[in-house]
Amino acid sequence: MDLTKELLLDMYTKMNKIRKFEERVSELFAQGKILGFVHLYIGEEATAVGVCENLTDKDYITSTHRGHGHLIAKGGDLKFMMAELYGKATGYCKGKGGSMHIADVQKGILGANGIVGGGLPIAVGAGLSAKLRRTDQVAVCFFGDGASNQGTFHEALNMASIWKLPVVFVCENNLYGISMRQDRHQAIADIADRAMAYGFPGVTVDGNDVLAVYEVAREAVKRAREGAGPTLIECKTYRWRGHFEGDPTVYRPKEEVEEWMARDPIPRLARYILDNNIATEEELKEIEHNIISELEEAVKFAEESPYPEETSAVEDVYTDLVEEGRVR
Amino acid sequence: MRQLTYAEAIREAIRNEMRRDPRVFILGEDVGKFGGCFGVTQGLIDEFGEELVRDTPISEEAIAGVAVGAAATGMRPIAEIMFMDFVTVAMDQLVNQAAKMRYMFGGKISLPMVIRLPEGGGLQAAAQHSQCLEAWLTHVPGIKVVYPSTPKDALGLLISSIRDDNPVAFIEHKLLYNLKGEVPDENEPIPLGVADVKRPGRDVTIVATGLMVHKALNAANELAKEGIEAEIVDPRTLFPLDKETIFNSIKKTHKVVIVTEEVKRGGWGGELAALIAEEIFDYLDAQIVRIGSLNVPIPFTTVLENYVIPNEIDIINGVKSIL
Repeated sequence: MDLTKELLLDMYTKMNKIRKFEERVSELFAQGKILGFVHLYIGEEATAVGVCENLTDKDYITSTHRGHGHLIAKGGDLKFMMAELYGKATGYCKGKGGSMHIADVQKGILGANGIVGGGLPIAVGAGLSAKLRRTDQVAVCFFGDGASNQGTFHEALNMASIWKLPVVFVCENNLYGISMRQDRHQAIADIADRAMAYGFPGVTVDGNDVLAVYEVAREAVKRAREGAGPTLIECKTYRWRGHFEGDPTVYRPKEEVEEWMARDPIPRLARYILDNNIATEEELKEIEHNIISELEEAVKFAEESPYPEETSAVEDVYTDLVEEGRVR
Repeated sequence: MRQLTYAEAIREAIRNEMRRDPRVFILGEDVGKFGGCFGVTQGLIDEFGEELVRDTPISEEAIAGVAVGAAATGMRPIAEIMFMDFVTVAMDQLVNQAAKMRYMFGGKISLPMVIRLPEGGGLQAAAQHSQCLEAWLTHVPGIKVVYPSTPKDALGLLISSIRDDNPVAFIEHKLLYNLKGEVPDENEPIPLGVADVKRPGRDVTIVATGLMVHKALNAANELAKEGIEAEIVDPRTLFPLDKETIFNSIKKTHKVVIVTEEVKRGGWGGELAALIAEEIFDYLDAQIVRIGSLNVPIPFTTVLENYVIPNEIDIINGVKSIL
């Protein structure tokens, strides 16, 4: 594997960016500055980053309700993300989407998605479109262990398979579909086994090891680009927070959480970088420092941005029609 | 002017748009060599090949979702759902994805896609292959809903639907596929949101959709023998709705009968009745009459099916009830 310093530090930067963004969101949510439902990605950073390091802006991803990590890994801008979480006019979706619907089509991000399993067929459509347009774009579909029990999982994997589409299915197995532990919601241990039923490779990988994820995803993306068809990657990982902020997580033992927190993917990458003399501790500290500045700027941007005009609520439903407003 | 059937008109619209724009392609169950369950896409595979006339597995949710993903990334898919009844299986992708993506993303994406939906009874196809579910779709902001009743309208409206940058549900009535009618020599798009007066009249307005337009025309001919002149307005698109043409007709006749094949309860016809009551109540000289299928699943055997689905007698009785 050709792991350049640039690549490793970019991984380190993005993983830290996700972690710090999510921690800040958690605080802001607790302070009541961010409303609605937020599902945090803390603990799963290696998965999004390991996969997205293999992609360019032209490639597509579909994301999930737990989407902040995917967006940051794919190059999303913290300012516009934070402004969207605040419900401001300057947010990615002008305050109409919120946490579960952030998208950046210019960067190939076809949206977070509030429907579990909703992104699966959409990614297949993006893959089909890339094939029909004769580009070498790849569509990566992130989804969770819970989504692997939805009908769309079966329909999408089958369709991508028969048409040999450039799609990489990335299952983030964080052990729980909301409150239901994997061994209660499916009778298999490895979701990657399901790929066999569709006639393409399925690989299980330690989702907390960014280098392992990177390597497996690199092979899958290469296969997709070369026209060899889809791959199912299962990344075994864990969400440190509840399903959503405010979830008391009564359904899982504290020891289990602690055990997984000890497998934190970020120090793991730091150790690799330091042990192999790729960068110094000071360099890593500086990266973290820069992220904090960028994050505080994003918060400031969000705080200072205006809310949308209320009448904009009836815009953007259609390209050419504006729905009737309300007189107050 | 030349003659085409409703099915041929739909096929011609697809063919010409595919020739005109390489981003347009078809996907659906058995749309290729088989030519579609009702033969609508017959022959298209010979001209455009199996890549652009794409047979799919029996996976309606993925058909709709693949259309969403392809539309989001630069293509203009036309997806066929074999019977409109099966749209229930695809509803998440239509309702939660297609209809909402543009809005949720703050207007930063457009989804130029058409979902073709053959609907309606009269084929003894029973409860799961005969429904008219247009109200399920008109209820959802973010989708346009088109429903032609003639070959000419099918041709012109489908061209506009394919060129539209929004998700369009294009409803076709199965019993109309063999209906022949005049179509213009040149392919002219008919704009969405423009109703058509199918028959002028002064005594009563009948708003009818799909196959019911033809039953209303038959009923109007019978009524004319008794000196009753019904004006028949076909909205052609259920959303966006041309309220102006409908309302102008009612302002002239002061009476309205709404005829749709959907079951009456919770139907699109009820929405239209409510709009009329809200906006032009003062022009009405009688209560609004709604005629639809009875509030039961569509039964199999002919005698029962005929009883459930409205016919000319029901329309004539409906008109006479307010004259």
